[in-house]
Amino acid sequence: MRILVCVKQIPDPANPSRFDPETHLLVRTEDQILDDTDRYGVEMGLRLAEANEGTVTLVSMGPVGRAQGIRQALAMGADRAVMIEDETLAGADALTTARVLAAATERTGFDLVICGPESTDGYSGVVPQMMAELLGVAALTYATGVEVSGDRVTINRQTSAGYDVVTADLPALVSVTAGVVEPRYPTFRGIMQAKQKPTETLEVADLGVEVSVGQEVVSVVPAPERAAGVVAEDEGEGHLLILEKLQEAKVV
Amino acid sequence: MAEIWVFCEETDGAPSTLGLELLAKARSLGEPTVLYAGAGSAQAWETLGDHGAATVLHFDHGDSLAAAPVAAAIAARAGEQAPGMILFGQAYTDRDVAGRLAVRLGLPVLSNAVDVSLESDGTATTRHEISGGAEIAVAAFQAPRPHLAIVRPKSFPAEPVGGSTPEVVAVEIPDVGGAGAVVTERHARERQGPDLEEAAVIVSGGRGLGGAEHYSMVESLAAPLGAATGATRAIVDAGWVPYAKQVGQTGKTVKPDVYIACGISGAMQHLVGMKDAKTIIAINKDPDAPIFTIADLGIVGDVHKVMPKLIEELGGG
Ligand SMILES: Cc1cc2nc3c(=O)[nH]c(=O)nc-3n(C[C@H](O)[C@H](O)[C@H](O)COP(=O)(O)OP(=O)(O)OC[C@H]3O[C@@H](n4cnc5c(N)ncnc54)[C@H](O)[C@@H]3O)c2cc1C
Ligand SMILES: Nc1ncnc2c1ncn2[C@@H]1O[C@H](COP(=O)(O)O)[C@@H](O)[C@H]1O
Repeated sequence: MRILVCVKQIPDPANPSRFDPETHLLVRTEDQILDDTDRYGVEMGLRLAEANEGTVTLVSMGPVGRAQGIRQALAMGADRAVMIEDETLAGADALTTARVLAAATERTGFDLVICGPESTDGYSGVVPQMMAELLGVAALTYATGVEVSGDRVTINRQTSAGYDVVTADLPALVSVTAGVVEPRYPTFRGIMQAKQKPTETLEVADLGVEVSVGQEVVSVVPAPERAAGVVAEDEGEGHLLILEKLQEAKVV
Repeated sequence: MAEIWVFCEETDGAPSTLGLELLAKARSLGEPTVLYAGAGSAQAWETLGDHGAATVLHFDHGDSLAAAPVAAAIAARAGEQAPGMILFGQAYTDRDVAGRLAVRLGLPVLSNAVDVSLESDGTATTRHEISGGAEIAVAAFQAPRPHLAIVRPKSFPAEPVGGSTPEVVAVEIPDVGGAGAVVTERHARERQGPDLEEAAVIVSGGRGLGGAEHYSMVESLAAPLGAATGATRAIVDAGWVPYAKQVGQTGKTVKPDVYIACGISGAMQHLVGMKDAKTIIAINKDPDAPIFTIADLGIVGDVHKVMPKLIEELGGG
């Protein structure tokens, strides 16, 4: 089974990005790490590959010349990576991202695509569904459990009330929620092997995708501020301050 | 007046609160039409009419997963009727339908909006909280209409206006072949205590509680206050409490009168789900915890010392 896992490299959250007040573009820091959300997708992909004699290929669109995050996922055990890097993709919206990823996915060939539900920095939360629509396959989203049997995939789909069991034919796409599996830590051997694994780098021209810009950030304004609160050290009486506040709010 | 379409998923046999919130906004922008996904009922139509819907397009997708067939059906309708804008809520099915619809229409969709407005030329602008709500980015669409936006829950109050029963048009659900999926079982968790999204008081716990067994302190504090209980993703992921309790970016958005955060650091993704509470009280042993930047009252202290005394004071236990 050919499993493709879409993983995003993001700026290290410990080193936050900011909006450029002139260009209104997100200025990203240089360091790129594997989006924590996507580690669950990688783990799920590896488990399904182990159970179904499969291979795991990573697909990632990201800044030119940066592969630290991809190497982290290869070190976990993925077999190879396809990276799409192109200056014209800087600031790409969700639709363009999905078109690029879907084209790369199609080109590579797949039975199952795995995504995260939403990226940590972009959090549009629509790239997976868009990819599925472009690929003409089902999207089983927000999975808390995934099972493949023959040519069918079945998931437990998280709902606000509980969960639904949802099933579809392969090829298909699933998005997995964080916390469903415990992502493995790369071993020393994995880290060493990651450097030798095959990677392919593509540009937009290789994929025949149209890069469109459909919206623009026109301004960034400060949010209305909350009145500053009181912070007090608990010296045994902290609970009384809370009680007072609850009385003030008329809930006791 | 611009025709504004609003997606509304059936939840527990009734229009979702999120859909009704969007409907309230749509009413202020133009002529609202509701895109209703679910079995539908006379009661549901009455509720939608009461909230100002003049027309309902009804997509009864049965046991198929809504996304692919409903998006295809909406796309066909949008081609005929040319709405100015289509609003979705930041919820699972809404996002699934919106993403697929965007591809069908070849149009962008803006996620995470907290407000939407229409310029005089019909261009939609959306407002998005960034940096955990400290700043607002204003985005304008540069694409053809309809403009598609996904709006966070609780961005607008859902208010009935006493309208009459709307015209309901059943829309045929197309066969989407391999893009379709089937729901074979539905499992609803038993609900305990007040609903997070409706409760006037919420007590939430985070990793600072120290272990799953200490979440009972949150429950003991909630009981005498008649409060709902919430959680951070960290402790949901750790399996201490079910996902239904998660507050934040990927969980519930709440707006209670009082929110009590116990052992919660205040990560951006948590704050966006609760920062609009009227009064925020936080207990955290780290004086530099970000939760204190939005708390009306912050107690720098140990949850194991402060909470038991507070519970006792309130007569709980
Ligand atoms: C894409 C994405 C989506 C996310 N969505 C959500 C979401 O919806 N909701 C959400 O909550 N998070 C979400 N997160 C996770 C978020 O980033 C944080 O990791 C999480 O909120 C942290 O939870 P916490 O505060 O319980 O844990 P921690 O950050 O570990 O904080 C624990 C706190 O407890 C304090 N503490 C420790 N011991 C004590 C004690 N004895 N007494 C008092 N205080 C103590 C510590 O000082 C610390 O501040 C998301 C993350 C990503 C990447
Ligand atoms: N640039 C990217 N490269 C690879 N995968 C991505 C990229 N952007 C989004 N994804 C995938 O889509 C999921 C949802 O992202 P988003 O829609 O941006 O919130 C992520 O968890 C990834 O699996």
